Amino acid sequence: MADILIVDDSASMRNMVSTTLSTAGHKVSEADNGQNALNTAKSGKFDIVITDLNMPVMDGIELVRQLRTLPSYKYTPILLLTTESADDKKAQGKQAGATGWLVKPFNPDKLLATVDRVMP
Amino acid sequence: MSIDLKQFHQTFFEESLEGLDVMEQSLLQVQNEDGDNPELINTIFRAAHSIKGGSGTFGFADIAEFTHLLETLLDEARDGKRTLDTEAIDLLLKSTDCLRAMVAGHMADAPAAANITDELAAGFKKLLAQAPGAAGAPQAAPMPSSTPSESSSTRVWNISFIPNRDILLSGNEPARIFRELAELGECLALADESQLPELNLLTPDECFLQWQLWLRTAAAEADIREVFEWVIDDCTLTVRQAADAEWPGEDAQADTPVRAQNNSEQSAVNEVTAPAQPAAAQATDAQAKATSPAASPPQGPKKAAPAAEPAQAVASPQSSSIRVGIDKVDSLINLVGELVITQSMLSELGNDFTMDRVDRLNNGLEQLMQNTRELQESVMRIRMLPISFAFNRFPRMIRDLSQKTGKQVELKLSGEQTELDKTVMEQISDPLVHLVRNAVDHGLEPPAEREQAGKAATGNLHLNAFHQGGNIVIEISDDGRGINGERVLQKAIEKGLVPEGTELSQQQIFDLIFEPGFSTAATVSDISGRGVGMDVVKRNIKSLGGRIEVISAQGKGSTFRVHLPLTLAILDGQLVRVGGETYVIPLVTIVESLQMQPDSINYVSGNIPMYRLREDNVPLVAMNQLFDVETDPTAVDNQLLVVVEADGQKLGLRIDDLLAQQQVVIKSLESNYKRIEGVSGATILGDGSVALILDVTGIMNLALSQRGSNPRAA
Repeated sequence: MADILIVDDSASMRNMVSTTLSTAGHKVSEADNGQNALNTAKSGKFDIVITDLNMPVMDGIELVRQLRTLPSYKYTPILLLTTESADDKKAQGKQAGATGWLVKPFNPDKLLATVDRVMP
Repeated sequence: MSIDLKQFHQTFFEESLEGLDVMEQSLLQVQNEDGDNPELINTIFRAAHSIKGGSGTFGFADIAEFTHLLETLLDEARDGKRTLDTEAIDLLLKSTDCLRAMVAGHMADAPAAANITDELAAGFKKLLAQAPGAAGAPQAAPMPSSTPSESSSTRVWNISFIPNRDILLSGNEPARIFRELAELGECLALADESQLPELNLLTPDECFLQWQLWLRTAAAEADIREVFEWVIDDCTLTVRQAADAEWPGEDAQADTPVRAQNNSEQSAVNEVTAPAQPAAAQATDAQAKATSPAASPPQGPKKAAPAAEPAQAVASPQSSSIRVGIDKVDSLINLVGELVITQSMLSELGNDFTMDRVDRLNNGLEQLMQNTRELQESVMRIRMLPISFAFNRFPRMIRDLSQKTGKQVELKLSGEQTELDKTVMEQISDPLVHLVRNAVDHGLEPPAEREQAGKAATGNLHLNAFHQGGNIVIEISDDGRGINGERVLQKAIEKGLVPEGTELSQQQIFDLIFEPGFSTAATVSDISGRGVGMDVVKRNIKSLGGRIEVISAQGKGSTFRVHLPLTLAILDGQLVRVGGETYVIPLVTIVESLQMQPDSINYVSGNIPMYRLREDNVPLVAMNQLFDVETDPTAVDNQLLVVVEADGQKLGLRIDDLLAQQQVVIKSLESNYKRIEGVSGATILGDGSVALILDVTGIMNLALSQRGSNPRAA
């Protein structure tokens, strides 16, 4: 099972992702924006990072960019939570170094399947 | 895995309502700033976006669909393709109302009617159609299906996968992709090592391998391509349906030694069975010491995550909740810790108690009292919310009101961070709305009239909140026409509220507007209603233990000042004894307590006893007579006086003894017995007896009315 960092400014989404993953046996940490996520990421080593894109303070794309500059997150799978209407964001996220994405709305099964894809 | 999404609904509702508040406030700000502030628009967009994402995920398709329209419009604004003009802001503001209703509908399990939504949706579509690069109709947001699409028969596919060298830097590892692919069917991955450079030229974060993949599956081509979805821009991919016979034979799969040289004619191949780990193979071949993620040890086929127990649903969906800052909770935990220490100290003391340890016992009890008080304060603080929760609705309301009345209003808010008990806040909300409406409707003049009076065309409305003693004071001030005292009095006489020829002070005249059935408005407007308002406002405020006063200067404006207790649950009280009874006087009302000098009592204008207190004359009320309590008649000379103040008037309460000051928990007398004039509630004292809590305003009324009939009542 993996150590997963979940980043989303929406408490309900964070709650849902976190509950789903911890129910499946993963160890989960949460952050509500990119900056806090970056601080949390630096304080530990997460196997997978799942981040929303639109967030205050620091958005998801900047978070990916910053994470990729850290040696311990050079190859870490980073998944973006996007919406079907944000194709340009996907490209930007990829450019910043994101591994893949999960399109909202998604259900718990889809989330688990996607996380399984990047499980170490 | 079964996760009940219902458990997240309550959080989603709260978050959406908060998001809508943010949207509304930001929209009003955008309008006021009269220009596009990218940060504000981004904030609005983010709020809409979150609501859309959440509603889609949690199964509220109607909200998701509607928010999509808002989002499309906002996205254009964010990209600078559109400026948010009044029309757009109007539409967006109406949409926040509509969304609020939709959320409320889902909260009550009764989704809102669709017709308003349709009307607004049509507005959006019209607006969007006007813009260049406009987006089309809303897309429904279907839940993605996670089951692969069906296909009739098993086919063989040949996939050529040539990753870009930097593919590893995006966290994508070919091995994981092949693992995914292997879930579709039988998979064979043959690595082409021809691109591997000399060992000393190898870098750990570059991928030099290429693959020929063979897949026997019933899945469709789209499903195969989907596996490569994340790396499609980072590789050259060809997917080709192949004949069964093309499946590589044993010789191609034979394990050949690695030849680390470029441009080899004959590609060396390396067999990797599904689920394959070719990247790991590359690592073991050439980069064993490199710190690439590809060097992670190969793993067996992944098992599906064990189905754990679904999380228990939390509180019932309708329960109201409160958000508390973590510091408040921390302080609570801290205090509980101290309480536990005190408790263990006391229980140890109690184990073998002797009289010589009574000092330690007293210390311990002192500490317990301290702990209890702090704990109580801490718990009360949790219920406190900044009054901005009540104030935040006003900018929007003022906007609508000024549109409706044609008056220009500038709203100023201050003291929004002043904290107030949640229950008090909820109950004061409606009276405040009424006062604000009233100020715009009756207080402020139309622009032309203002200019005529030499004022700026835009009227000012100021909402202010601050703490004063144990109270919170909320002021609603306008710089409008003020209250016409003469007209108020005339109207009151017409309505029979006061007899003709009554002499009233300015303040008493202003107070008439709180009388039931009073309205001076020349025309009844749909804003302030039909004059049923102000008396209800006053009654509501009084029922909260507060009071309202009005200060007005004709032509200059009016200020309505609402005084409210910070909390309804607990009161700081002075315990006093009258005969054999104990009463509680709210500490905030007490001005001073003193021993009476008998020669300072004067009887002015008949039999009204007044106490000469420095330069003041304070009317006296003997509590024993007021409440008909037996008392010791010989003790008259020694009677104590508690001077209290209410509604700006002082009153001296004659009592027999001053007891302790303590916090008392208020129990309603009305709900347990019935309402009694002069008593606001009851409490239970430490010895188990019941003490009545005095309502000073009520006592004042009582004393005044009794004085007429019973002049000896002092």
